[in-house]
Amino acid sequence: MPADVTLSASKLWKRYGTVVALDGISLDVRRGECVALIGESGSGKTTLLRCFNRMTDPDSGRVLVDGEDVATIDPIALRRRVGYVPQDGGLLPHWRIGRNVSLVPWLRGMPDQDERGMRALQLVGLEPADFATRKPRELSGGQRQRVAVARALAADPDVILLDEPFGALDAITRADLQETFVRLRRELRFTALLVTHDLHEAMHLADRIAVMRQGRIEQTGAPAELRDTPATDYVHHLLERARVTA
Amino acid sequence: MRGAPVGLLALAAASLAAATPGVAQQRASPRAVIVASKPFGESYLLAEMFAQILEARGFRVDRRPGLGATEIAFRALRSGAIDVYPEYTGTGLLAILGEAPNPDPGSVFAKVSREFRDRWGIRWLPPLGFQNTYAIAVRRETATRLRLATLSDLARVGSTLRAGLTADFIGRADGLPGLSKAYSLRFRSVQALLPAVKYQALAAGKVDVIDGYSTDGLIARYDLVVLRDDRGFFPPYEAAALVGPELQRQPGALVALSELSGRLSETQMRTLNRRVEVDREPADRVAVSALADLGLVGSKAPARVEAAGRGEGVLSYLWERRANIFALTLRHLLLVGVSLGAAVVAAVPLGLGLERMRSGAEPAIRAVGVIQTLPGIALLAFMIPLLGIGVVPALVALFLYSLYPILRNTYTGVRDAAPEAVGAASALGMTPAQVLRYVRLPLAAPVIMAGIRTSAVLNVGTATLAAFIGAGGLGDPIAAGLALSDTRMILSGALPAALLALAVDAVLGACERVVTA
Repeated sequence: MPADVTLSASKLWKRYGTVVALDGISLDVRRGECVALIGESGSGKTTLLRCFNRMTDPDSGRVLVDGEDVATIDPIALRRRVGYVPQDGGLLPHWRIGRNVSLVPWLRGMPDQDERGMRALQLVGLEPADFATRKPRELSGGQRQRVAVARALAADPDVILLDEPFGALDAITRADLQETFVRLRRELRFTALLVTHDLHEAMHLADRIAVMRQGRIEQTGAPAELRDTPATDYVHHLLERARVTA
Repeated sequence: MRGAPVGLLALAAASLAAATPGVAQQRASPRAVIVASKPFGESYLLAEMFAQILEARGFRVDRRPGLGATEIAFRALRSGAIDVYPEYTGTGLLAILGEAPNPDPGSVFAKVSREFRDRWGIRWLPPLGFQNTYAIAVRRETATRLRLATLSDLARVGSTLRAGLTADFIGRADGLPGLSKAYSLRFRSVQALLPAVKYQALAAGKVDVIDGYSTDGLIARYDLVVLRDDRGFFPPYEAAALVGPELQRQPGALVALSELSGRLSETQMRTLNRRVEVDREPADRVAVSALADLGLVGSKAPARVEAAGRGEGVLSYLWERRANIFALTLRHLLLVGVSLGAAVVAAVPLGLGLERMRSGAEPAIRAVGVIQTLPGIALLAFMIPLLGIGVVPALVALFLYSLYPILRNTYTGVRDAAPEAVGAASALGMTPAQVLRYVRLPLAAPVIMAGIRTSAVLNVGTATLAAFIGAGGLGDPIAAGLALSDTRMILSGALPAALLALAVDAVLGACERVVTA
């Protein structure tokens, strides 16, 4: 394995009852790279994402994070060093924003946990003085999603996993958050794995796109590569449907 | 926060023990003689006479009036939780021994004396002198209009009349089933009524026929006509002191109680009952004057006399008894507090545990729910052989009753607490224990508190039943008021109980706001 690969999955199998979620899938994400997983519901993209923080354990195959086999790492410790942004924000509704964003630094026992939380809020464009003492329900959907991103960044992780992070937002708010994400990647240079069902978003945010279908990867490639030379009918069809054509 | 309920519980338990001299002294020697009664006027009065004559002869007495009914009082006597209570030989023969009715009082007494001694070591003292039997009564207007004087007359027109009978009477062989057969008697309808309401129901014309006792003071109060038992169906029941094994070891006490044997005629008893049930004189004061009239106790006998307060309004009645009501309320609150506190300590962790195992949870919770379906008085009766009477079985019963709402709400609340927040918290590296402590539990708190509040309000109501097993509290005046058909007395327990329920709910509501803030 090349030294600059941060996330690596090889030959992962995962079955739920009779449904095959991962069908011998392999994927590498290089350091600082953003890879988008795209596909229909049930294509296995979220399952693959969750293998990297051991929210799901594959039936067979090997998952490496920073060169370490995750099966040998305590899942709690692994999750505390991998950032995570769920679709619905997943903020703790009874905690103030300040406490929400400092969650991971607090779990890791970092001495400067509060400052880290405030810095992360600033990074995503929310003024700590205005937001730290508010409760999640007092924020708009877009603001809540920014907080979720800040929470994932507060402990300075090398890797961030994003599970349809902007999928539930309106088009304008989504575009704002996408710009913020692009800026954050430029400034912080973290490695990101992004699950999305929106091909435009994938093309805009990711360095490479992996098209998934029925637990396998149809094609992996840079956005332009995908657009210009779709490898299968399925990918071609996907591009057509999204009106992304060469 | 975790330490608070336990500390509160210990405090409450300590004060309850302090407020319960009977429990604390039961093991001291010589212990107080525990005198009990069943929940109706004559039984209260006879028990009070037993108590006063024992006190006059130098015994210490612990009074437990108004125990549930025959089943509860007799179980309590058998298990040694009480020492003596007034019982009727016919009840002993039919209800306790399950034998067939027998018209001869002498042979009934001989039979129950022998059987009770051999089976349980329980002794019937020589009867008090009067006989009490069932009496079928109708309104004077009904008797005149239909020309009713005897039960044979009643059988003629029974199919046009509505009967309101005590459940006891409807079920017993020497009650309605036997009566129907003996007189070929059929009613248009038969309704089960509490002793406390049957007289009012009859007077108000809701029913036409009721059962009573021949020495009942209320028969005179409502100007009813008792129909003569012209075929001699109802066996005469003799009243006597029923003495448990423990007290039989104190011959002096048996001698003192026997001083009443053969001294009370039926006329005397009806007059005394009338003073209690109609004139609303307190039973202890009537007992004082009755014992003085019999020349058994000087009229300066120790009496805890209360003002009779005839004809006053409910509010002044309550105000006059405020000290007593306050003490009963406090006792009630302690019963509720201790049982509810214990239920919280047990049911919340149990609910959390069941939520972790999921698969076995529903059956387990439903099993606890079955307890809820047991009638309160039945649960209390089951407790007696295990735990006797008084505070301890009452606390256990109230504890069991309080479990289900708390358990159900804890389980559901924690299971359904914001799944997306729970998912994110564990994906970001919270341990399962941290997820429980910082996410599930705080988010479930309002639902758990709602369960606790439901339990608390139910508990305040159920705790009034504790009076039937001698645990005290606001059920005391309710039970006594029901027995004596005294609405003000019932209200003096029921109103504070209702206010207490509201107050407890309000306090827990305030707690909820603090906990979930």
